[in-house]
Amino acid sequence: MAGLVKTVTRWTKAPARDVEAPTGGWVNMVRGLAARATTPLLPDDYLSLLNPLWSARELRGEIIEVRSETEDSATVIIRPGWGFARDYRPGQYVGIGLRVHGRWHWRSYSLTSVPEQADDEISITVKATPEGFLSTHLVDGVQPGTIIRLAAPQGDFTLPDPPPDPLLFITAGSGITPIMAMLRSLRARDQHPDIVHVHSAPSADSVIFHDELRELEQQQRGYRLHLQLTQRDGKIELDDLDRIVGDWRNRSAWVCGPTAMLDAAETHWDTHDLADQLHMERFAIAATDKGGEGGTVRFAISDESAEIDGATTILQAGEDAGIQMPFGCRMGICQTCVLPLEEGHVRDIRSGQEHGAGDRIQTCVSTASGDCTIKI
Amino acid sequence: MAITDIKVYAHLTDEDVEALTAELDQIRADIEESRGERDARYIRRTIQLQRALAAGGRIALFASSSRIARVAGTAMLASAKIIENMELGHNITHGQWDWMNDPEVHSTEWEWDTTSPSVQWKKSHNFIHHKYTNVVGLDDDIGYGIMRLTRDQKWERWMIGNPIYNLMLGTLFEWGVALHGVEVTKYRRGEKSIGEVRRDLKVIGRKIGKQVGKDYIVFPALTGTNWKHTLKCNAVANLIRNYWAYMVIFCGHFPDGAEKFTVEEFENETRGEWYLRQMLGSANFHAGPIMAFMSGNLCYQIEHHLFPDLPSNRYAEMSVRIRELCEKYDLPYTTGPLLRQYWQSFWTILKLALPDKYLTADSDDAPETHSERRFGRVKPTPGTPKRGLRTAIRERARTAA
Repeated sequence: MAGLVKTVTRWTKAPARDVEAPTGGWVNMVRGLAARATTPLLPDDYLSLLNPLWSARELRGEIIEVRSETEDSATVIIRPGWGFARDYRPGQYVGIGLRVHGRWHWRSYSLTSVPEQADDEISITVKATPEGFLSTHLVDGVQPGTIIRLAAPQGDFTLPDPPPDPLLFITAGSGITPIMAMLRSLRARDQHPDIVHVHSAPSADSVIFHDELRELEQQQRGYRLHLQLTQRDGKIELDDLDRIVGDWRNRSAWVCGPTAMLDAAETHWDTHDLADQLHMERFAIAATDKGGEGGTVRFAISDESAEIDGATTILQAGEDAGIQMPFGCRMGICQTCVLPLEEGHVRDIRSGQEHGAGDRIQTCVSTASGDCTIKI
Repeated sequence: MAITDIKVYAHLTDEDVEALTAELDQIRADIEESRGERDARYIRRTIQLQRALAAGGRIALFASSSRIARVAGTAMLASAKIIENMELGHNITHGQWDWMNDPEVHSTEWEWDTTSPSVQWKKSHNFIHHKYTNVVGLDDDIGYGIMRLTRDQKWERWMIGNPIYNLMLGTLFEWGVALHGVEVTKYRRGEKSIGEVRRDLKVIGRKIGKQVGKDYIVFPALTGTNWKHTLKCNAVANLIRNYWAYMVIFCGHFPDGAEKFTVEEFENETRGEWYLRQMLGSANFHAGPIMAFMSGNLCYQIEHHLFPDLPSNRYAEMSVRIRELCEKYDLPYTTGPLLRQYWQSFWTILKLALPDKYLTADSDDAPETHSERRFGRVKPTPGTPKRGLRTAIRERARTAA
């Protein structure tokens, strides 16, 4: 009997197999049943004509507000559509897809909202960088009401619940965003671990969340802020930590900021034999010098090939050869560009890790390690 | 014997073909460069219109006891199916909209509203037909393994049924397209095992189950006492789509002037000659904006075959430039009113039911197939204005008259 129920349930849900439905299995039973009438589409594909958020085929969201934070940064408030799981953890990032000139562009940003808040909205905080096409667009150009795509929140740079105690947060610039989510989450959960937060920014005006940090400093028990305004105080050196946080060795550390800072932190914690206590978020690709030696990349279906060095990615090589490569974040986190590796080896330019035939590889962070064949 | 040397047939020199290639590449580059918001909006709106029509048609048929609702519902449903198959399914699976990087409108994701599974269609159509276009023996679309469509195909006794197979194919077009994915001709030639055929059939079977379930079980059941009407209307909508899709497709490669080619020609082909084969092997038909839309812009079959992965809404503007190129290189641009184009295809089907001894023309100079031998020994004449293939064809026609 139980077996029969299971079979029937599975049959009912079958057409909605690939759809994320965090609200519970029954949603996909309804969806699966209705899909018998809408096949090859899903009921969502029709309902989204009425309201663009009524679809879980791809996660979507609507931009509700763009709130300016500093001169070059803004918080984007988003109302997620069907299928978006609200059980994300503070410190995780979310993929954002935005249509610009007819084309979807993807980047990932740390969530600055917390699941504990009352409303269902989520927010990201974005700093416009001169080379960041999408970030500039989000800070300056995007209109409320715009429908965007979302990717499910992910990332391991998260604060456990209950949090370790004591804590050390080291952030710089927009690296504050995941930490802000953690701070907000602690406040919402009414937890008060001992925190020292060392944050660097060029000037007081350019500190994202400046007022909120000051307010936390005054109101949140156990929270101490060291604000390093680098135009005035100079850049922070990790050797200064002994002076700023005498007991830093005892603290679980969470570091987010530019690559150079992360590299320095890694070395610093390593030399003190404390690597276990360090948590970091790397948003920029830092190609390691382990990098592949290059080779000939063959694109099987398109029947093209390209000679590349160990610094050019397969995605780049494919696009240069005129192939319509799937692409997304271009920094190795969104999986949009994943393609099967048919033959040979590729190397991840971030870690130096090798992948062999049969693997599905992220073309945006892989380069040839000898000759290889990609299926596209 | 079909065209063996396309350059000689086209009255073009190597330099001419090279120059033509560069001009066609430029058209591609210009379109790729200018794809943008306008095009994205076009496909989005088409999708919206198609879904609204489908929903409207289905809803109307809930009242299918009323004659007006039946007619309106069937008309909407048939239009929805036509738009889905032609302008959406066919074109999206060609990758025409992959540039948008939209996972919902992408060649790897789109499943179309017909019994043929997209994955098989992409192989039999996008790969086989578009790569080997009109190469006798390689392109299974010349007769689909069940008809004789050029006298380059040897007559066999069963081909006497040509007109009947034609009628059946038009009526059951959706099913024919689905079975085409099995690649019967490959199986006959021993290039495909029975195991592979069975695997393909299983995939087709699953898709058929879903399609049939929707049109002939779920919706009739949902409309309760009107179930018989709904069932009939759904069948009629599918039938209308079948005939229309069949007609558009037959007007693409089988009217007079859409040339056939030998394997030998294909084997020694340059990229420019590939372009040339697509141009000479395809035929357009006249269409206003609505008919163009309903044909998935396949009234621009020549443009589609030159650039199968460029967005269909741009074929109209490309056609202006392609015509200019045909003018410049004195090449024919095969087109005509829909009914004439279909009549020519149909007449070919009728004639070719008969063995060659009853046919007057041979395969070097027949309406549906020619070879370079029809002109005797031709030498391309350099210089502008070109005196080339089109002029040569016209002069021969005049002499014959």
